[in-house]
Amino acid sequence: MTRTVLPFGPQHPVLPEPLHLTLTIEDEIVKEAIPKLGYVHRGLEKLAEIRDHTQMIQIVERVCGICSTLHAMCYCQGIEALMNVEVPSRAKYLRVVWAEMHRIHSHLLWLGLFADAFGFESLFMQFWRIRERIMDLQEATSGNRVIVSVNVVGGVKRDINKETEKWILETLDKVAREVNQLKTTILDDFTVKQRTVGIGILSKEKAYELGAAGPTLRASGIAQDMRQTGYAAYPELDFSPVIETNGDSYARTVCRFNEIFQAIDLIRQAFAKMPEGELAVKPKGLPKGEVVSRVEQPRGEVLYYLKADGTKFLDRLRIRTPTFANIPPLLDMLPGCDLADVPILILTIDPCISCTER
Amino acid sequence: MKDSALVITEENTAEIPLDEVITQSRILKDEGFRFITMSSADLGESVCVLYHMDKDLQVRNLRVTVPKGKKIASIASVYSCAFLVENEIKEHFGVDFDGLPLDFQGMLYNDEEVQKTPFCKIGIKRV
Amino acid sequence: MFMTKTVLKNLLTKYATRLYPFQTRETFKDVKGELKIEIDKCVFCGVCKMRCPSQCIGVDKKGRSWEVDPFACVYCGICVDACPVKCLYQEGMYKAPVAEKHMVFHAQEEKADAPT
Ligand code: SF4
Ligand code: SF4
Repeated sequence: MTRTVLPFGPQHPVLPEPLHLTLTIEDEIVKEAIPKLGYVHRGLEKLAEIRDHTQMIQIVERVCGICSTLHAMCYCQGIEALMNVEVPSRAKYLRVVWAEMHRIHSHLLWLGLFADAFGFESLFMQFWRIRERIMDLQEATSGNRVIVSVNVVGGVKRDINKETEKWILETLDKVAREVNQLKTTILDDFTVKQRTVGIGILSKEKAYELGAAGPTLRASGIAQDMRQTGYAAYPELDFSPVIETNGDSYARTVCRFNEIFQAIDLIRQAFAKMPEGELAVKPKGLPKGEVVSRVEQPRGEVLYYLKADGTKFLDRLRIRTPTFANIPPLLDMLPGCDLADVPILILTIDPCISCTER
Repeated sequence: MKDSALVITEENTAEIPLDEVITQSRILKDEGFRFITMSSADLGESVCVLYHMDKDLQVRNLRVTVPKGKKIASIASVYSCAFLVENEIKEHFGVDFDGLPLDFQGMLYNDEEVQKTPFCKIGIKRV
Repeated sequence: MFMTKTVLKNLLTKYATRLYPFQTRETFKDVKGELKIEIDKCVFCGVCKMRCPSQCIGVDKKGRSWEVDPFACVYCGICVDACPVKCLYQEGMYKAPVAEKHMVFHAQEEKADAPT
């Protein structure tokens, strides 16, 4: 049988981000996939040499718009560990609130794009309509719609007052109700099931060995979530990782869908337990040493390696984002699947290429 | 805080010689560690490469110091997912990995016209 | 048949979107919008210039002038927090798109702002 080499991406109708794959196909069946990155490589890590460590917060936030606050949180957490700063407890709870808002809007965005990928355009509109409520919450609480920019080394910049809290909780109730209404449309739909169930199976062992992260890992039955390590206020909140066991595209969809409700629940808990108090402490001195900082982003675990030598500027900043970790599992899933399933499989790892290439 | 911001100390980081990379990572893999990623930093005359692995959310690191111009063995035969990050380090820092299953020739992100290793403070020319 | 309910509901409810630009939403309080300065209060200390992560502010101490490149500004609000005399502020609406890039320039003598 003849082999055909097919370039896929970086511009493709279903791809929200410029990922390029060179696919070798044999009669519509994918045999091999080789990635090519670099379409949005910006070299942001290098900027650490000319911007001081407080300015870097705003820069790491721009690694990725969708998980901006989590990038900043992970970075601040690392610097705080180096400078021995204890963040006030109200700030920790507020960080949870913004982080979970980001998770909700990111998952809604993904569900919309996913629906769009197999031509379900009205569902795409529905999800994005709900997402707009969360964007409004972010704009009202932080001043910006996407890049909320609330984290500083030592705490947060903005507070949420009682009145806003009430409005947030009411909106979240609405969001939960509306998302729940779409449950039958996306999870019980015949077409959706045809396109996802049993396709792109990532076994438990493979997922662990290939270092998958986030929902891609948890949909294969491994209950690993960086929030269990207990950063910010998560140790005081009650939650357990959402897992699915089948490891196929459908499981990854269900996993993300259920995480929306988990995130809503976490925000409610955070508001219920939030203590009064100050928002930030002023850090003294300059960071020195090396640290590995990890948090759970909507797409999975992000790792920051920071090396500081006691000056204003960091010696080295390295960011390992979840999509970077999810590319090897994707390359493992692709061989053997139909060409028509490739777009859906790429989407189910929730790729964020601007994260990956920084 | 359990482990989400782990300051690197001697307890969690083992300093290993250049030629033991594969054996040491194999030991960790057999213990059930998962490969997270690698980091690297320029030290002037050499490049320090850190391997981050975790098990039950606990991170363990291996540290190797690679003199510039020396080769290091790729651990892709142990953890196959390492090839991507090894290519990245090869491109940014000019560390040569031996036995990469998929070698982008230092052109994973940048194009051919980028002649230097962009992340080193003093770059070395690509040959 | 199970769709009838949805169809009826969608027919009877309002649009989900706004008819922009005829209908606009009120901006929220404390939105990080367009960056403005009360130039008469400024002491030209240069703190805002130093702190700005995108390095888009210029402060001229001798000429007693302050300028910002609104197209490089990322509207993070760092300069607003950093200013010792609190003469910077961000106003409700985001900057409207324009056809050509320009700098926003303020000097203390003339009180009118003259975009160059
Ligand atoms: S920080 Fe404030 S007072 Fe100082 S130069 Fe900037 S605007 Fe003027
Ligand atoms: S808002 Fe941010 S980017 Fe804009 S001028 Fe101020 S500090 Fe610079």
